[in-house]
Amino acid sequence: MNLPIYLDNNATTPMDPRVLDVMIPYFTQKFGNAASRNHAFGWVAEEGVDYAREQVARLIGASEKEIIFTSGATEADNLAIKGVFEMYKDKGNHIITAVTEHKAVLDACKHIEKLGARVTYLPVKEDGLIDLAELEANMTKETILVSIMYGNNEIGVIQPVKEISAIAHKYGALFMTDATQAVGKIPVDVNADGIDLLAFTAHKIYGPKGVGALYVRRKGPRVKVTAQMDGGGHERGMRSGTLNVPGIVGFGRACELCQQEMESEAKRLSALRDRLQSSLLELEESYANGNQDHRLPHVANISFKYVEGEGLMMAMKDLAVSSGSACTSASLEPSYVLKSLGLSDDLAHSSIRFGLGRFTTDEEVDHAIAVTKKAVTHLRDLSPLWEMFKEGVDLSKIEWAEH
Amino acid sequence: MAYSDKVIDHYTNPRNVGTLDKSSHKVGTGLVGAPECGDVMRLQIEVNDENVITDAKFKTFGCGSAIASSSLATEWLKGKSIDDAMKIDNMDIVEELALPPVKIHCSVLAEDAIKAAINDYRVKNGLAPIESAKAHH
Repeated sequence: MNLPIYLDNNATTPMDPRVLDVMIPYFTQKFGNAASRNHAFGWVAEEGVDYAREQVARLIGASEKEIIFTSGATEADNLAIKGVFEMYKDKGNHIITAVTEHKAVLDACKHIEKLGARVTYLPVKEDGLIDLAELEANMTKETILVSIMYGNNEIGVIQPVKEISAIAHKYGALFMTDATQAVGKIPVDVNADGIDLLAFTAHKIYGPKGVGALYVRRKGPRVKVTAQMDGGGHERGMRSGTLNVPGIVGFGRACELCQQEMESEAKRLSALRDRLQSSLLELEESYANGNQDHRLPHVANISFKYVEGEGLMMAMKDLAVSSGSACTSASLEPSYVLKSLGLSDDLAHSSIRFGLGRFTTDEEVDHAIAVTKKAVTHLRDLSPLWEMFKEGVDLSKIEWAEH
Repeated sequence: MAYSDKVIDHYTNPRNVGTLDKSSHKVGTGLVGAPECGDVMRLQIEVNDENVITDAKFKTFGCGSAIASSSLATEWLKGKSIDDAMKIDNMDIVEELALPPVKIHCSVLAEDAIKAAINDYRVKNGLAPIESAKAHH
């Protein structure tokens, strides 16, 4: 077992060597520009892209003509939100999203607000899911887009996408989803789920960084987005720029592998994750965050009360995990996702996200359990809050000197 | 962000972790910070009749730098007179632990904890608290 153990697969995944294998020829031998129409170098590159486009489309039940390659999910989110607003703003200026979305969605929404959009940021229930009745209550004739993520990056909860898209369509709005964490991990089908636009990326599914895609529905309805990058008119005019051929080829292979292995892999990972979580919840005053039934198979987000996340991570230096606490910023703001579940700041500061992946082994999970338990115990021995809790002091009654 | 070796040393082997009897008139307790800010320090001193700090203990909820700052503070406090302890400046801690700018607040908190402990001791013993010349908040 190599240390440190990588348990941050929601941030990025290692590339599968099988993906790298198919990419390598496209760097040195098949290096052509896929847009070069008049020689074999271009045709070979285009062939690679075409094949990958089919592999990518197949994973989400789409047609290859509906895939727009981008530099990643952030660009795809931006293209979807800004592009839909620009294309449909004569129809209406209202967009609905949720407070737990990724910053790529939230900040793109902030951007179009400056251009005249009205954006509703739905709160979430304490399990991290949106309230469908609240969504419906916010739909208006002006609503052109509902953008709700498929699976959350911090807590892994899966939104009721099918029901959300049905509500959006009932009011004549398009439905977009940032499915970065969900695609390749659980079955996602754009037709069954009623998705009009879907953003995802290769590097979360064991593919390379720097390549992603936006699915744009072509039939029922035919969706259009205004390009946000001007140039040679690549990707059906929606995203100019020379295609990242090796990246796209790798993305395709990564999608194919996910499709082949997803079912067994999801079972294996959820069993491992459940073991990790149930062992860690044996620790007193530890809590799993987010809905436990509608959750990605590989994620567990756990708060260990009375210890601080960043300090905890330092004691867990053998584990690469992520904390809901960011004590490095001037504002000391804990995770906005956890706070939106109604977690108090101190509990949000005390949370750790474990993200398992394709290469996570049983042995690594056992080690992670042991390291985490030891670290939590060590820090609680150091924690004045833990001591007070043990003495029965009500911490909420103390007047803290905020700084 | 990389921690300095000294921070790692104090974090891994914190000095003087523990609790003194806060009801004793010889003991001063300073509790500073807030859980929602991500750090809380409790620093305690025990003072003898000559106004010398004979023991110091801490417990801290916070990041590695906060733990290291308070651990270092207890080391420095032991054997110092109250007057000398009042002179400990947060920048001394920053320098000793090589704290980066984003972690300076940890040292500020440690200085606040020292002063709060001393003032708690003073008030318990019928003395007026000393107003700090520095305004941190």
